[in-house]
Amino acid sequence: MCMKKNKYLSIFKEGVLTNNPTFVQLLGMCPTLAVTTSVTNAIGMGAAVIVVLMCSNLFISLVRKLIPPEVRIASYIVIISGFVTAVELVIKAFFPAIDAALGLFIPLIVVNCIILARAEAFASKNPPLPSVVDGLATGIGFTAALTCIAAVRELLGSGRLFAGADGSGGITIFGEWFTPVTIFLLPSGAFLTLGFLIALVQKVTATRLERKRIHDLEMDALEAGYHKTLVRDPETGKIVKRKDLAAIEEVPVALDEMTETDEEDKKEEEGGNV
Amino acid sequence: MSEIFMIMFAAILTENFIFAKFYGICPFLGVSDKPSTALGMGMAVTFVMTISSAATWAVYYLILAPLGLEYLKTIAFILVIASLVQFIEMFLRKNIPSLYSALGIYLPLITTNCAVLGSALVNIQEGYNFFESVVFGFSAAIGFTMAIVVFAGVRERLVLADPPKAFRGYPILLIAAAMVAMAFSGFAGMDFTR
Repeated sequence: MCMKKNKYLSIFKEGVLTNNPTFVQLLGMCPTLAVTTSVTNAIGMGAAVIVVLMCSNLFISLVRKLIPPEVRIASYIVIISGFVTAVELVIKAFFPAIDAALGLFIPLIVVNCIILARAEAFASKNPPLPSVVDGLATGIGFTAALTCIAAVRELLGSGRLFAGADGSGGITIFGEWFTPVTIFLLPSGAFLTLGFLIALVQKVTATRLERKRIHDLEMDALEAGYHKTLVRDPETGKIVKRKDLAAIEEVPVALDEMTETDEEDKKEEEGGNV
Repeated sequence: MSEIFMIMFAAILTENFIFAKFYGICPFLGVSDKPSTALGMGMAVTFVMTISSAATWAVYYLILAPLGLEYLKTIAFILVIASLVQFIEMFLRKNIPSLYSALGIYLPLITTNCAVLGSALVNIQEGYNFFESVVFGFSAAIGFTMAIVVFAGVRERLVLADPPKAFRGYPILLIAAAMVAMAFSGFAGMDFTR
């Protein structure tokens, strides 16, 4: 049971963070740039994508053994467009304001590469339950990314957050003194915001990788007994400061052995040469 | 006649698919590293989009509308587009292998290019007649081609630039795209109706 939970947790982490569809894989850029003028629109779009992604992943995973590999992409697209049509009709019926704001981007979920990518990379190879979890995780990652972009654009572009889909209401964050930077609501603002956010993500990832690299190096040095300040206590096995453990005098054995064998090798080589 | 010109200019400049409507961003970022490749992709998209505009119009008004199945248009259109792309891929592989090898994996991606499906859906939404649909599909694709070729030119210069480490790769591309989009938003004030 514990193993299973870990598996789902790692699928979740993969979908939301390490393999975020928007910031890391740069999939599905069209809706990402187009609908992020307000947080409400972003969440509406995200919810639609989550529903389609979960349904299509489930369905494709269920029929994965029946679809011949030659026509699999076409079959996936038909399955996906079926679910998209259903979602479109539901949104038209119950949330007309969202439908008007998102426009053609609801039917265009059909050609959103994220959904096809998950179908091809995950649902076609895995059983139904993990596929649904993967759909949910990827969808949440997409929604979170969209919400981030929309929050920046809406805040800087209008000084408000959570305005309704028809552009009214919302919580005013910046007061009267704030002059809205209209460019953030224009198309170029979308490119600009996404560019800076991806740069931020790359910076954070690079810093984390660098920290991990240094940590690994230090651990290696510690195990070999070369670390400047830390050392492993031979009795308890715990990591302690070198100065606290005065009794360390032994030179690492590995070093002596290495030099000896090197010298032997050298002698052999010389003998061979002569 | 002036209506037709209005549709053309709007589709190419003010309502540019890339910089105003955000249809087809994936190939815009994916195949714009050289102007020649970008032009090839643009030509392929122009070809597919013009034909698909005609085909989807016919499917909608001759098959779906008489049967009352308008709500199936997304599914029907994507199938029409997918088979068209398959056909064009076969045609290119046989007759223009150099273009086929240049576009490589991106040809199948035209199927999932929102520009093609988007233009088909816009045609229906705006109620264009057959001729207007074809003109709209063609000029929107020309606008797409122009945007992607212009951006490929900018991108060639970017190769020589030395941005901060975190901005390397996509971020600097997107910021360059923002600059080009700013230039294009200059067209937004133009009104072709008068």
